[in-house]
Amino acid sequence: MKLTTLLTSSVTVIFAAGAFAAGPVKLLNVSYDPTRELYQNYNAAFAKYWKTKTGVDVQIAQSHGGSGAQARSVLDGLQADVVTLALAYDIDVLAEKGKLLPANWQTRLPNGSTPYTSTIVFLVRKGNPKKIKDWDDLVRPGVGVITPNPKTSGGARWAYLGAWGYALKKNGGDQNKAQDFVKRVYKNVPVLDAGARGSTTTFVQRGIGDVLLAWENEAFLAVNELGKDKFEVVVPSISILAEPPVAVVDKVAAKRGTTEIAKAYLEYLYSEEGQEIAAKNFYRPRSEKIFAKYANQFSKISLFTIDELFGGWTKTQKTHFADGGTFDQIYTPGA
Amino acid sequence: MQAVFKKRSILPGFWPSFSYTTLYLTLIVLIPLSAVFLKSFSVTWAQFLRSVTAPPVLAAYRLSFGASLVAGAISTIVGFLVAWVLVRYEFHGKAIADALVDLPFALPTAVAGIALTSLYTEGGWLGRYLTPLGIKVAFTPLGVIVALIFIGLPFVIRSVQPVLEDADQELEEAAASLGASRWQTFYKVILPMTRPALLTGFALAFARALGEYGSVIFISGNLPMKTQIAPLLIVAKLEQYDYAGATAIAVVMLVTSFLLLLGINGLQRRSARFLERAR
Repeated sequence: MKLTTLLTSSVTVIFAAGAFAAGPVKLLNVSYDPTRELYQNYNAAFAKYWKTKTGVDVQIAQSHGGSGAQARSVLDGLQADVVTLALAYDIDVLAEKGKLLPANWQTRLPNGSTPYTSTIVFLVRKGNPKKIKDWDDLVRPGVGVITPNPKTSGGARWAYLGAWGYALKKNGGDQNKAQDFVKRVYKNVPVLDAGARGSTTTFVQRGIGDVLLAWENEAFLAVNELGKDKFEVVVPSISILAEPPVAVVDKVAAKRGTTEIAKAYLEYLYSEEGQEIAAKNFYRPRSEKIFAKYANQFSKISLFTIDELFGGWTKTQKTHFADGGTFDQIYTPGA
Repeated sequence: MQAVFKKRSILPGFWPSFSYTTLYLTLIVLIPLSAVFLKSFSVTWAQFLRSVTAPPVLAAYRLSFGASLVAGAISTIVGFLVAWVLVRYEFHGKAIADALVDLPFALPTAVAGIALTSLYTEGGWLGRYLTPLGIKVAFTPLGVIVALIFIGLPFVIRSVQPVLEDADQELEEAAASLGASRWQTFYKVILPMTRPALLTGFALAFARALGEYGSVIFISGNLPMKTQIAPLLIVAKLEQYDYAGATAIAVVMLVTSFLLLLGINGLQRRSARFLERAR
């Protein structure tokens, strides 16, 4: 079976450094793609904190992949003590289909169990030759927009909803006008890569398109790593507040006897140190104090949430991304 | 029980080897495939039909089967040529050329996809010369075919090569001395000898192309209704936790390819029998 090989091989497991003393407690954090650097830093910090506090060594393994694929692995039996995924829908599925954690999991930690947030911004070529300033510029003829396929990429769903939300707010909540606007954006999309990293490659390495709709943290990472002389981040007037949630997988943690430490692991994300690590990795911290400290890094932008405009993930998934949803309608001939 | 088998073989060891074959096929092929079928049976017939006849799915089937057939056919023709050169001519670097043939087998397909895409995009090494001519390869069905040829070619070469190596060159000489033109020698002597191997190579290349995912998703662009292959739709369905819908698409692909392969194998057996009689 080709597919399963692909899925398992895309899951890379990296063991956190340190804490290799005899019989350390082992924890598996199943996460999505762009959090690799964030959790490498955080795991080291948490291991140190936990050792000082309790004297127990903890060894944290990370697994990264597409958010949906990762959730499916856990659903199929991957022994994840905690999951830190791109959207609440993927954890909802673990609760609904797998009964691995209670349905009200989002109420167990502050801020709807999302210790850090991000948003969708635009990455453009140096000097912004096409003068792309806001969502309106994406529908201009001749502007190439690069974004992954929302059917296969969690990040792409946030971008899609960002465009939709912008048009909703601009047109006084008119859903038809919003749908028309999003349709015009996707008319300018020449390639729909399967995942967010694929789109970044298309835009950065192949030089295709004029603007990449990207996670804020990915956009900053791209600019910092590939050179400020090649790309610029453009922040639109308004965008969506992307809330990547975290949760303890109760059933697995109970079985492995790691409930206490798994809980502490997620709670520490809200601590000053945890928040600071998030900010350093270009995630917007929830803590106002830390946010103020890094304020010049995050541009001021008006953000709307998915609950405000779309009524939560389960409903959004059904309306927009399920078969026959608004995304499919864009490509239905004659519609 | 004896009646099930065509005739009793005089070779010893029939039962152990036959049992092993059955066990092996069951464990490795039949059980996983039955799981696919069972999963798709968890929906009603109407839901099944709706999943597999939705316009994007039909478009994806057309692309997957069409591109795989075209790529298989091109691989067969080009593969024959390459095998011919590798068997019949002596040249410097032949050993290296021979080893290069297997490389697409070993290369992770995603690497192949990324490399091909870089070559054929508008600014790529090849793309920059093709674009002014109006030929677009990357992010079109043509790009899908290019990727599928890349992964399918070795199957044809490796199927045909041993047959050409074993072929009696005296037969060609005899044909020539009997007054056959070069074309007649090819058409009446060489082609019938290699036809079963060519068919095998085509079947392998076609089947491999149909299931290919890694390389194609990079070069196809994945635009719904235009350049989405069926395996990508399966992944998209899984992303929505629609396991039954995903397996429904897979079942249609499995049944269709099984019938196609059965037909090709039939053709191949017929040309092999023809060859037996001719000797």
